[in-house]
Amino acid sequence: MSRRSRHARSNVMMGMTYIAAIVATLPLLFIIFHLLRQGAAYLRPGFFTDMPNPVGETGGGMANAIVGTLILIGTASLLGLPVGVGAGLYLADKRGSLLATVVRFLSDVLNGLPSIVLGIFAWEFLVRPFGGFSALAGGMALGAMMIPLVTRTTEEMIRLVPVSLREAALALGYTRWRTSVSVVLRTALPGIVTGALLALARIAGETAPLLFTALGNQFWSTSLREPIAALPLQIFTYAISPYESAHALAWAGALVLILIVLIISLVARYATRGRYAGTGD
Amino acid sequence: MTEAAAHLSGNSATDSRSARSFVTSARGDRVFDILITAFAASIPVLLVIIAISIGLAAWPALSRSGLSFLTESTWDVAAGKFGAAPAIYGTVVSSALALIIATPLALGVSIFLSEIAPKWLRQPVGFLVDLLAAIPSVVYGLWGIFVLIPLLRDPVGPFLRDTLKLGATPLFSGPNYGYSMLAAGLILAIMILPFISAVTREVLLAVPQSQRDAALALGATRWEMIRDAVIPYARSGIIGGIILGLGRALGETMAVTMLIGNRPEIASSLFAPGYTMASLIANEFTEATSDAHLSALMAVGAVLFAVTLIVNALARWLVWRVTRGSR
Repeated sequence: MSRRSRHARSNVMMGMTYIAAIVATLPLLFIIFHLLRQGAAYLRPGFFTDMPNPVGETGGGMANAIVGTLILIGTASLLGLPVGVGAGLYLADKRGSLLATVVRFLSDVLNGLPSIVLGIFAWEFLVRPFGGFSALAGGMALGAMMIPLVTRTTEEMIRLVPVSLREAALALGYTRWRTSVSVVLRTALPGIVTGALLALARIAGETAPLLFTALGNQFWSTSLREPIAALPLQIFTYAISPYESAHALAWAGALVLILIVLIISLVARYATRGRYAGTGD
Repeated sequence: MTEAAAHLSGNSATDSRSARSFVTSARGDRVFDILITAFAASIPVLLVIIAISIGLAAWPALSRSGLSFLTESTWDVAAGKFGAAPAIYGTVVSSALALIIATPLALGVSIFLSEIAPKWLRQPVGFLVDLLAAIPSVVYGLWGIFVLIPLLRDPVGPFLRDTLKLGATPLFSGPNYGYSMLAAGLILAIMILPFISAVTREVLLAVPQSQRDAALALGATRWEMIRDAVIPYARSGIIGGIILGLGRALGETMAVTMLIGNRPEIASSLFAPGYTMASLIANEFTEATSDAHLSALMAVGAVLFAVTLIVNALARWLVWRVTRGSR
């Protein structure tokens, strides 16, 4: 091949990667465009404070679903955060041990498990034996999804803590657990918070596990023992319903859900930025 | 960091250790060790409990029909016939379609971001692609129902069938309702794109710079450098990323349930509605009243669990082979 045709070919291939980059960003721009256009029209204060109207009637809001989602991710955090941070501490502490290798690998596997599998597991384990759908079961299913996410970010963040800091604490007579908790964990805290927030952002939009656990609820409920409404579930129900008014609500709900996810992600990014800017040296 | 150091020095001044506190502190260490070990062990334990409880729930269906559960193509709830073949077929086809569309795009974007793009463009483009992963599945489904499916009905379907004359092939024959394998494959392609591109970018960045410099010094063009020096080095990691994307596509539930049309049939046409394992479970689980139906759905879940377990383990291993050197 001549030198010129080789270069022409190279340029063509380089051009293709530009096209790939453009095509790959288009869907996101389209989705955001449609969310804003369809969702913003219906996004008024009442959306956040009103209850859903009877099926087919226009108006109404998603107050119960928004509160339900907050309760669900709160419950999930109660399970996912302590277990995830604890397991992350272990992985960073006992880096080379056999259990650490196994746990690290299996937490990646758990992370890749379809959320619907966790959903039917939670149904079999938490709904069927206890005789009914409940917010608690939904929160536990989401919490189980959080565990591997929090575990791995906690481990990564703790590994960033200089060994000298740990050694200094031990040399001053700190016990190992005090060193881990009040020196190492405390230093790594901003990073761990970021990881936790990203995990929250991810589970906030989960729908599949909630189908068989939290179930959804047309009425106001904040009880952990009752079925509870959730934003993603409500969007699903409205999207597949035949009514125009329901579709409008679904778009508005999706916009709110995306905003919740985005705000959590942005706060997370901000928290990490503060970490690197704040140390100064 | 400074905060913790201050905390340290502040306390050490007042910390005079007696023999007694030394004993309790050793106990504290032991309690702490047991606690974090228990938290760590809870992950394998959780996976084992998931496997056992889904396996037990699936057992009645699996033991009744044995391996023919996987090959039987009739899924008729009223007749009490439960064959998973249509759902398995739909899962395989929709995921394959998604990979065929998403892989070249993800590779292109990753090469663009790691090798070609000017510095100022890398972060914003990378951020936009990553953001695709943050959008909830149900929002993809909503967008699919009201934007993607109308598009497939009108310009895209007739274009494929009539303008490109693909209507004669079995892949694009039959009526085009919009809700179809094609819609599911397209939405899955968008959804797995960020996962494949994130891993691919990571392994491309792990390729040593000397590899590139050597190729350029030998007179390679940029494309030849990427093709002959960069990609071969990162190959197993790229394949790992693709398999990771496959794992996502296999188990993706909501968006697919909303777009695939949910019909338990094996049809050659991509315009025809279908079912995937995940959408079958999502669609029928809460309506399942008979024990046989429930157990059959659990069996589908067990198959999905086993397949994604294997796929993910394989992907992690491949990615680990490339990136272990760079960490």
